[in-house]
Amino acid sequence: MSETGTQTVRFVRDTMLPEAAPPASQSGAVKWLRENLFSGWLNTILTILGALVLFQILRGLVPWFAHSVWNAQTLGECRQIIAETWGEGARGACLAVVRDRWTQWTFGFYPAHLYWRPVLALVLLFAALAPILFSAVPRRLMAFSALFPFVGYWLLWGGTIWTPVVALAGFVVGYAVWRGMAKRNALAAVLLAVAAALVWWLFLAGPVERALAGVAPLALESVRSSSFGGFVLALTIGVSAISLSLPLGIMLALGRQSDMFLIKTLSVCFIEFIRGVPLITLLFTASLLLNYFLPPGTNFDIILRVIIMVTLFAAAYIAEVIRGGLAALPRGQYEAADALGLDYFQAQRLIVLPQALKISIPGIVSTFIGLFKDTTLVVFVGLLDPLKGITDAVRASTDWKGIYWEPYIFVGFIFFLFCFGMSRYSMYLERRLKRDHR
Amino acid sequence: MANAVDAPKDSFRLSMLIYDTRYRSLTIQVIVLMLFMAGAAWLVDNTVRNLAVLGKDFNFGFLGQRAGYDIAQRLIPYTNADTHARALLVGLLNTLLIAVLGCFAATVIGVIVGVLRLSSNWLVARLMTVYVEMFRNVPLLLWILLVFTAFTEASPLPATFRVNAQTGEAESSMLFGLFAVTNRYTAIPDVLVERGLGSLALGPLSINLTFLAIVAVIAGSLLARRALLRHATAVQEATGLRPKTWWKSLLILILPIAALLWALGVHLSVPAITGFNFTGGVNVSNSFMALWLALSLYTSAFIAEIVRAGILAVSRGQTEAAFALGLRPRRTMSLVILPQALRVIVPPLISQYLNLTKNSSLAIAVGYLDLRGTLGGITLNQTGRELECVLLMMLIYLAISLVISGAMNVYNARIKLKER
Repeated sequence: MSETGTQTVRFVRDTMLPEAAPPASQSGAVKWLRENLFSGWLNTILTILGALVLFQILRGLVPWFAHSVWNAQTLGECRQIIAETWGEGARGACLAVVRDRWTQWTFGFYPAHLYWRPVLALVLLFAALAPILFSAVPRRLMAFSALFPFVGYWLLWGGTIWTPVVALAGFVVGYAVWRGMAKRNALAAVLLAVAAALVWWLFLAGPVERALAGVAPLALESVRSSSFGGFVLALTIGVSAISLSLPLGIMLALGRQSDMFLIKTLSVCFIEFIRGVPLITLLFTASLLLNYFLPPGTNFDIILRVIIMVTLFAAAYIAEVIRGGLAALPRGQYEAADALGLDYFQAQRLIVLPQALKISIPGIVSTFIGLFKDTTLVVFVGLLDPLKGITDAVRASTDWKGIYWEPYIFVGFIFFLFCFGMSRYSMYLERRLKRDHR
Repeated sequence: MANAVDAPKDSFRLSMLIYDTRYRSLTIQVIVLMLFMAGAAWLVDNTVRNLAVLGKDFNFGFLGQRAGYDIAQRLIPYTNADTHARALLVGLLNTLLIAVLGCFAATVIGVIVGVLRLSSNWLVARLMTVYVEMFRNVPLLLWILLVFTAFTEASPLPATFRVNAQTGEAESSMLFGLFAVTNRYTAIPDVLVERGLGSLALGPLSINLTFLAIVAVIAGSLLARRALLRHATAVQEATGLRPKTWWKSLLILILPIAALLWALGVHLSVPAITGFNFTGGVNVSNSFMALWLALSLYTSAFIAEIVRAGILAVSRGQTEAAFALGLRPRRTMSLVILPQALRVIVPPLISQYLNLTKNSSLAIAVGYLDLRGTLGGITLNQTGRELECVLLMMLIYLAISLVISGAMNVYNARIKLKER
């Protein structure tokens, strides 16, 4: 004991040293720069190249936007303002064209005093979409979503209110027949309901509509399809095709997975045919060939034809996406459904499709984005899409002859907003539906 | 004896067609078949009646008639005195040309962008994200029109490349001294053959022997290289040491083709400005350049995402396992990562190639005469045979798609994981 006590301890630290700041190269911005931009010779070269590219792009774009002019009536006036403000030879964006002609890009040649109708339709569209897109909105509002196609049609095209009402009545007639018969014989009920609805639409709807229109002439001023254009047209085609192609695509995907040879063959042929040809040829079919395929003398609306073709086109792609989702589902899920004694439709509705659709969300949404971008192709069958149809119309006027970049940048920006929004929504949906804890 | 009640006779009742699973699928299929036939018959009947009303018939005889229009860009000889069928072929070749070049450029750009987007470099990764989002979320038609506008509005006149006599300088200068981008066309160097082998006439077809010789020599070199590698593998299996092959395979690949090109006297002819235009090279129309660039850039954004997903799909453990086995980074890449990543990458990549081929029909927007522009455009308008033209055009596009997707199926079957 005493020996150990003789050892003198030379130094004991009795207080903690205060924390020293890390070396300058290991903290803050310098560390971040070293790790993310200059971690090696390759990264340094890449950073310098990237910075050069960025600088070049910004050097062109920043002054162009900074010198932009929003208040002008013609391109000449706009150029003059830029030259006066920023000196001769300065380049600037004549965004005044957007301010001057934005109604045309939005509504096409829709009559100006009726602009409130597409605007109201758009507002109602958001109201109708809300319960479908977001689970926080009360489910009961779905009833309005189901009603919206008829309201939207009436607002956009106008005409007598009885056209959509009578069309809606077909569904009511079918539903009533099904409810009345379902207790006695389920299959007969479905068949009779379809037959009743068809009879209503084909034979009764016309006279009833005329009679009602005679009694109560409730009508909006009707607008012809040729006046449609711009983003109203793109949204009309896009939204209808998106909402119609999803159910059709699901049916095609199930058909392709079916055990029945004929159903499977027909689905495969349809999907492969549609996927094998460009959308343009299908649009040409809609505009040039439908007259051959329909009974002589029939002539129906070009927008409706285009919607049908775009729907079929998107449905084939969606069918393939969903087929991937169906294939990714473990075999055990199908077997469990069978073991529970569910029949085919119950198994699909309750077990298979909810999971398969969840897996396919990214693919489905990117198909929708593609569809919405493809609505610009309708310009080739004579419709006024916002990108080329309206832009050419604007450029054909003497005021804005010779303007090239601004219209494309404006329209591209709007498309970007829509498509980027859709892709962000799909990410949100994926997160919300995520059930596993990986 | 007769102690048991006879089992009910296995008699057939009509309701069994629906409620008996043995017959139900048959019933459904028969009904669907009848509906399908009825629908098809309805369409055909309508078409026949409509054609009768219009006083038209359904035949492809117009393909043999004189086309009477010119096509600026053509890969095979064609004048306006040739037939519509020949014009169709020129258009088809133009479609295939843009498709092949577009797929190539899109793959190169797409792979670079996809890899760079995964880079640890903050700036470059962000730039590539912006690139991908920008091209994916804006319609292709807009990119085509925008690039075309850039060519026609923002490029100099050909005459500005001329050297000014007083100042001794030209207003615009050529890229690398080889290319000249003007507002009317892009002048690129031409490949000339001094001592060609001529061509072999086989009826209507004429085969270019020079081209054939080059293809044959390249194929021969590739075969020889394969034999060399096989030999190296055999030696390695026998002795455990792999002989060095890189310089031999390099020689085998380069020497024969270089010798052939020298023997043929192949050289570049650089375009030069004479008068108001470039001569001596090839003047590629701006519609082609715009279409090619826009298609490549647009598709490359999709390919970049596919490449990124493919690389991310190979788990980190694979790399670590390969390192643990003592494989060097390069061999880890070529033997472990790439084969697995390619299995994920290739199927969607091929479907992007298909999309690019189909999207090339947007050539109509810039006036490039591809299949859609010749058969589905001018021929259709001149002959007024919409039905035949559109159906034939669809069939051709369908055939191209089916060939490509058939090739993809073969590839998929070959690289499929062999599971037990």
